[in-house]
Order: sequence, then structure tokens, then C-alpha cells
Amino acid sequence: MKNKSLISINDYSKEDQLKILEVAEEFEKKPVQNILQDHVIASLFFEPSTRTRLSFESAANRLGGKIVGFSEASNTSVKKGESLRDSILTVANYSDLIIMRNPLEGSARFASEISPVPIINAGDGSNQHPTQTLLDLYSIKKTQNKLENLHVAFIGDLKYGRTVHSLVIALCNFNTTFHLVSPQELKLPSSVKMFIKEKNLEYNQYVDIEDVTEKADVLYMTRIQKERFSDPLEYERIKDFYVLRKNMIENTKENLTIMHPLPRVNEIEIEVDKSPKAYYFQQALNGVYVRQALISLILGLK
Amino acid sequence: MSEKVKELKVSAIQNGTVIDHIPANALFQVIRILKLERFENMILFATNLESKKYGKKGIIKVSNKFFKPEEVNRIALVAPHATMIEIRDFQVVKKIIVEIPDKINGIVKCFNPNCITNHEQIIQKFTVTDKEDLRIKCHYCEKITVKNNMSFL
Ligand SMILES: [Zn+2]
Repeated sequence: MKNKSLISINDYSKEDQLKILEVAEEFEKKPVQNILQDHVIASLFFEPSTRTRLSFESAANRLGGKIVGFSEASNTSVKKGESLRDSILTVANYSDLIIMRNPLEGSARFASEISPVPIINAGDGSNQHPTQTLLDLYSIKKTQNKLENLHVAFIGDLKYGRTVHSLVIALCNFNTTFHLVSPQELKLPSSVKMFIKEKNLEYNQYVDIEDVTEKADVLYMTRIQKERFSDPLEYERIKDFYVLRKNMIENTKENLTIMHPLPRVNEIEIEVDKSPKAYYFQQALNGVYVRQALISLILGLK
Repeated sequence: MSEKVKELKVSAIQNGTVIDHIPANALFQVIRILKLERFENMILFATNLESKKYGKKGIIKVSNKFFKPEEVNRIALVAPHATMIEIRDFQVVKKIIVEIPDKINGIVKCFNPNCITNHEQIIQKFTVTDKEDLRIKCHYCEKITVKNNMSFL
């Protein structure tokens, strides 16, 4: 993994992914380790994403590294019309690793091809956000004590959510049985189903949440966004239909983990938060350990 | 009309390549893709010729130029039924039917307006995911461009 950019989750093999989870576990036990003292990390957020940026910067800080960069493009040379190519080549002079978020799809792949230092993709438009996938895998492994042979249910917007797409693709390495719950218009795209079919894994599609609650080891909830619907009434109807309510989790498996990439709107009732099965807040915290592991492995420090 | 008479519509060449069965509306794209605009030898071309199989077709004859298979296949996206005929001393020595390649570089534009390749100077790269229906996946944004959305550089 040393010096290897992470742009899409598939850039790393299953073994690499498991190695990251293993090292992340070490960081969870001992979060502050001064191994990055001699390194400079560039954090380039061409569009704001406070949540992701703080998680990365907190990871670098806990490793004792220095951070340079910006949190939005408005005050930088980008605003003056500098190309991404020039921004990356300039920043690469000052840093050992570049973490980048950019609203244009494919920007991270392009950056990794021209940059002399490795790139971590912190989100390129609607395309990829691989560290989210790693933290999701870490959360599943931690709560289920394994990744193999699980029943994982995805609920809500399965069509546009890049988080869902990447996690489905990653889980195809672990003999997962998929339960896909969505309205007709937001079904998982065939380009993603292709990965499930290639591995000959079982998947079923449903319209009702209650068809899967008792089967699942993991319930992965997603937000349904208004801009996906041309008819606002249709949005209102669907939005209230794909809500996980307290009564729905009564007969669920003992080991169930309820996940959500956050931020949540109304798709999980607040009442559910009290259940020990609700895991979405810890899930976000796991992002820091996973990012610590990733940064130190790419820099060859672990 | 016999093959021979058809051939005569554009003068014969002694040595070179004849590219036949190009859809009439793709003729200039083929010229561009093969970079023939900058070629200095004799080039003959004709278009809107009657073709039983394909309606109206175009034909190009390039003197003293022979194409490599990968060059030939670059035109498959716009002229999927084209044939390349190698002529040496007025004789047909080889006939190649174009084939859609596995990778396509620098010919097609990614349809996704939010793709980095439409904002920076980057050579567009694709993997062909479906040769029958012609679907290509962008190396950068990973989105699929389908036949109807293809525009050529
Ligand atoms: Zn693209």
C-alpha cells in the first residue's frame, strides 16, 4: 500500500482493506501516536465538507503530522482560474500526501496520475468516497465480529447514493447476502448489481422495510433527497415511507447493527437512537481510526 | 452494379489503403480520427454513394499509407461496418473488417458535464463495457456513456 493512492475502493485488494481495518483497530486502542512528526499532509477541500475534513485532520493531528491546505476553494488560486493540474503539482512540492475533495467526478483519479505524492480521495462529486466505505467495513466488523457471510440490508435511495454503491461492491468480497429495499424509482443500478452477479451472491429486492428487518444482521439506512424527484408530492410520500421506527426493530436479530452515513433527516426515528443496536454515531467516530491507519500505511509508517 | 463499376467511381490507387462502407455522415469524422487532414500523400474520397446494405456510404482512398490494426479500430465507433483494403500494385492484398477495441483513447467526449475531463486538458479514456450496444465507461468519472450520447472530439 506504500505510496499507493486510494481513489476508488477497488484500487485496494481485499487483503489491503483488511490490513487497514487491522491497523485501525490498533489506533482505536491507542489513538495518539507520534509517528507523523516529520511529515506534512495537504488537505485540499475544493468544496466544503466539514464532517469529512475534520475527521481527516483529526486523524493527521493524532499522528503528530502537520497539515497545510484549504477548506474551500473561494480564497485560493483556484478561484483565480488555476487548473487542478497546477494546484496539485504546486501542493505536491510542499507535502508527502494529498487528501482531496473536489466536486468534479474523476478529479481524484486525474490528480493521482499527475501527482508525485499519493492522493487520498475524500469525495469526487457523486463518484467515489472510499474512506467512507472503509469506515463502514470497520464498523460492521467491529459490531458483528466478522465480515463474511452476513445478511446486509440497504434501505432508501439505492440509485444515487455513492456510499451504498461502494459498500455493496466492497461487501461482494465477503460472501454477503444482500437485501435491497427501495422505492421503484430508486433501485440499485445494474452497473452495481453486476458486481453481485459476478460473484454469484444472493440478492433480493423489496419495497417494504418490514420485509427485511428480521432477516438482517446489518441495516444500512440512507437519506432520500428531494432533488431526485420531479414530483414533490411523490417525494413527501416516499420520504415518510422509508423511515425506520422503534416498533420495527422489536423482533430484529440480537446482533443487529443499524448504520447510517449521516447526516440524517428523518429516516431513523429519534427513539431508535436509544437502542443498543443503533450504531450511526460510533460509526462516524470510527472514521478517524480508519483514516489514521490509511495515512500511516500509505506513508509506510506501519 | 458490379463491384468493378463501383470501384471506378473513385479512381484506383496503386499502393495504399481503401476504407469502404463508411456511413456517409461519418466520413469526415473518419478523416479526422485517422488524422488524414495533415497527411501529405494523395487522398481520394467520395460520399453519398449508393450502398445496398447501408444506404448512403462514403469511401476513402489513401495513397502509400498502411494502417496498423489499432489505428483501424479507432474508427469502429463511427463506422462499425467499415472495411480496410490494402492495395499493393493495384491488387487487393488484405481486407480487414474493423472491430470495436477494448479501450478508447482521445476520440470520444465523456457525456458527463461534471466529469473532470470536460474541465481540464486531459486525454479522454474509456473502457468498452458493451460492444453490442456500445457502452463505454469513463476512466476518470466512471460513468457510462451510451451510443446515443456519444460526441466525437
Ligand atoms: Zn467522465
